[in-house]
Amino acid sequence: MGKRIVIDPITRIEGHLRIEVEVADGKVVNAWSSGQLFRGIEMILQGRDPRDAHHFVQRSCGVCTYVHALSSVRAVEDAVGVKIPENARLIRNLMHGAQYQHDHIVHFYHLHALDWVDIVSALKADPAATSKLTDNVSNSPWGGSNYYRNVQARLSTFVESGQLGPFQNAYWGHSAYKLPPEANLMAAAHYLEALRLQAKAARMHAVFGGKNPHPQSLVVGGVTSVADLSPERLAEFMYIWKETQEFIKNVYVPDLLAVASFYKDWGGIGGTTNFLSWGDFPQTDKEPDSHFLPRGFIKKRDLAKPLDADQQKVTEHVARGWYEKGDPKHPFEGETKPAHGEYQPDDGKYTWFKAPRYDGASCEVGPLARVLVAYSKGHKEVKATVDSVAKQLDIPVTALFSTLGRTAARGIETLVIGQQMEGWMNELIANVSKGDKKVYQRWEMPDEAMGYGLNDVPRGALGHWIKIKDKKIENYQYVVPSTWNLGPRCAEGTLGPVEEALIGTPVADPKQPLEVLRTVHSFDPCIACGIHVIDPHTNEVYKIRAT
Amino acid sequence: MEKKEKDFYERLEQKGVTRRDFMKYCTFMTATLGLNASFVSKVADVFAAPKERPPVIWLNFAECTGCAEGFLRSTYPWIDEIVLELINLEYQETIMAAAGHQAEESLKAAVKKHKGKFICITEGAIGTKYDGAYGKIGGRTFLDVANSVIPHAAATIALGSCASFGGIQAAKPNPGGFKGVGEALNVKTINIPGCPPNPVNLVGTIVNYLLLGKLPQLDAAGRPLFAYGRTIHDQCTRRGHFEAGEFVMEFGSKDAEKGWCLYTLGCRGPMTYNNCPTAKFNDGTSWPVQAGHPCIGCSEPNFWDAMSPFYEAM
Ligand code: SF4
Ligand code: SF4
Repeated sequence: MGKRIVIDPITRIEGHLRIEVEVADGKVVNAWSSGQLFRGIEMILQGRDPRDAHHFVQRSCGVCTYVHALSSVRAVEDAVGVKIPENARLIRNLMHGAQYQHDHIVHFYHLHALDWVDIVSALKADPAATSKLTDNVSNSPWGGSNYYRNVQARLSTFVESGQLGPFQNAYWGHSAYKLPPEANLMAAAHYLEALRLQAKAARMHAVFGGKNPHPQSLVVGGVTSVADLSPERLAEFMYIWKETQEFIKNVYVPDLLAVASFYKDWGGIGGTTNFLSWGDFPQTDKEPDSHFLPRGFIKKRDLAKPLDADQQKVTEHVARGWYEKGDPKHPFEGETKPAHGEYQPDDGKYTWFKAPRYDGASCEVGPLARVLVAYSKGHKEVKATVDSVAKQLDIPVTALFSTLGRTAARGIETLVIGQQMEGWMNELIANVSKGDKKVYQRWEMPDEAMGYGLNDVPRGALGHWIKIKDKKIENYQYVVPSTWNLGPRCAEGTLGPVEEALIGTPVADPKQPLEVLRTVHSFDPCIACGIHVIDPHTNEVYKIRAT
Repeated sequence: MEKKEKDFYERLEQKGVTRRDFMKYCTFMTATLGLNASFVSKVADVFAAPKERPPVIWLNFAECTGCAEGFLRSTYPWIDEIVLELINLEYQETIMAAAGHQAEESLKAAVKKHKGKFICITEGAIGTKYDGAYGKIGGRTFLDVANSVIPHAAATIALGSCASFGGIQAAKPNPGGFKGVGEALNVKTINIPGCPPNPVNLVGTIVNYLLLGKLPQLDAAGRPLFAYGRTIHDQCTRRGHFEAGEFVMEFGSKDAEKGWCLYTLGCRGPMTYNNCPTAKFNDGTSWPVQAGHPCIGCSEPNFWDAMSPFYEAM
């Protein structure tokens, strides 16, 4: 048997995650993903006013803010049978698009980059050479040797102060870091610039939503921000969008390609098998047909035959999670009965995640799934961007089934969605200038109803299912991206996507499992919403120390 | 001028921030804090060149990370300045590079090194049922982690409604027995509630500390008076409409467009203490009532139960 390594806490994610791997001959041969937090939001929702649900579920996650609220109002709208006005649809698309722009930039620079970029090595870079490199690979508005000298001085003052804060005790100097010092300095500079850019990009939410995180302008039936449909506000939104787009085009995507070109071997590591996307961004009220990003299911990597995806085929398994025994259930029938147990990765239960399956299959969701589904359906913009990225990196499209592909797909869709937002802004402006400012449709709460809302949000396929009785919430279940990606084995023993992806990952130094972090982070885990209920009795977690 | 300070202004200028802009911000911060004008230059000193960056340990418990995300949206000072030049952020799981054992070691070492001197910022509630076994970091319960850090802090800031009062997971039936950090550990915390709170109020509290060497004055719920001393209703731009009896009866209506009062649609501004109408969010871009949505009272204790159903008038 190989050596066991536990990484807990996994940092630079949302929530509390523990990853355990078994390593033999320098490679991961087995993996277990386990989450640890009880919040119980589904139970808290029971008996409440369905109109309030979106405020509650939005607090599932502050990183993927907005998206749960959006799924929730869609679920209630489906249940009560209200069609929202066109302007409400456009504002929602714009805010959801803004969330993608913001979220993916933060993920690349602040949650993922340090797996590839060695900040300490940046101190050794030559500023003039860095400037030249930047000019070669990008259209970055920041550059010149003075600029890089200043960034370097700032970093070294920081390092010399001995107060290293968030950068201390990391895996700096690890042999798996491949960038030359100049590329590290460029990325470090952009890490800092991106910190500011994200704060600016978040203002898109504030324009139509009052604030970010947790905007507050969604209601069942539409949106509330009618007074923000003024020329100044629309211009303000456009201005922020443009600044963000420029960053994505001129800095983010070029950085992604530059870094990726040093890590092409990761195009053969970290792949999974099946991919599911609910699709999103309705362009008329016909769903899912009008979705800008299509709905679909790819089985066994067969890009030639994308299949339709139907929410009825979703089930949740509890065989290896700490729940009472039960058959796999569709979310409408879903129940959450915690049953405590010990942490038994080998043959027992080991996580609070349930294992969602689509038509029985374990599926990866998220940027890669969306991009692959769109690509296989011949989506014009996605296809063009994928082909150009593959060409620039000189890799086949099949190299996308990997950690590298997952990270690249995130950049690809950020670009494509960002560009599409311009059209939605123009539609909105056209409506407003015609005098159409309708953003809300009146509706009435039935005594009994049921409905669902399916979205594809930055981290992947998201579904909310609601049952209403006596005008109150009778049952509420949601199946979220990180449950799909980080869920455990099912009864048949098929691994969850992250577990599957980890197998084969090289580990040069078991004390510093940097490579494991790369694959885990490439999924952009976000845990708090993934587990809705955890049982308290289980305190018996044993821990194998890395040796 | 000290060299550090000179560097600071040079850096500002490179970024296109004039000294004048910067002083304007310091004036805003001084006013937010309720200090008199003579403090403006001292506030500027604090931002320009703190002698030694004060150590901060940030703990995440049962939460959604919205509070940390809110903190990342700080614009004056920018978040990179806060992290690189204003404070010494020793431990913060959302952004730190280290993971696993190395992360745990950092935490232990930081507590030991700065015993009695660090500020602890906590985000999220703590489960108290079953000895706090509801959530874990590195195999230890939240309660255990909190107990190993908080008693050694110079001061503990409970950031957000979860850390302050238990927040969403403490809403009925509170399946995990969640409590705010102060209540769970029976310690006094400075509470900066909101879901999430405005980062201005956290930065203000830290500046207050750096400037005066003490924490701001608090109300009975542990909230700094400079931010939570008045109700939303008292500062709301729609107040005139309230007084005139001009109420919005339906979202998206003509009256909504005119910016009439949202009381009838459930606004909780009259019972909520916070500075949203004046501080606004995201660099002054907006706040919920401005976006046409009623206040949901997110900075009040127990608001998920006390203020809901949100769309019924009080
Ligand atoms: S207070 Fe609100 S924003 Fe902050 S962690 Fe709790 S739920 Fe999230
Ligand atoms: S909108 Fe709310 S806070 Fe503003 S005046 Fe009306 S009731 Fe008061």
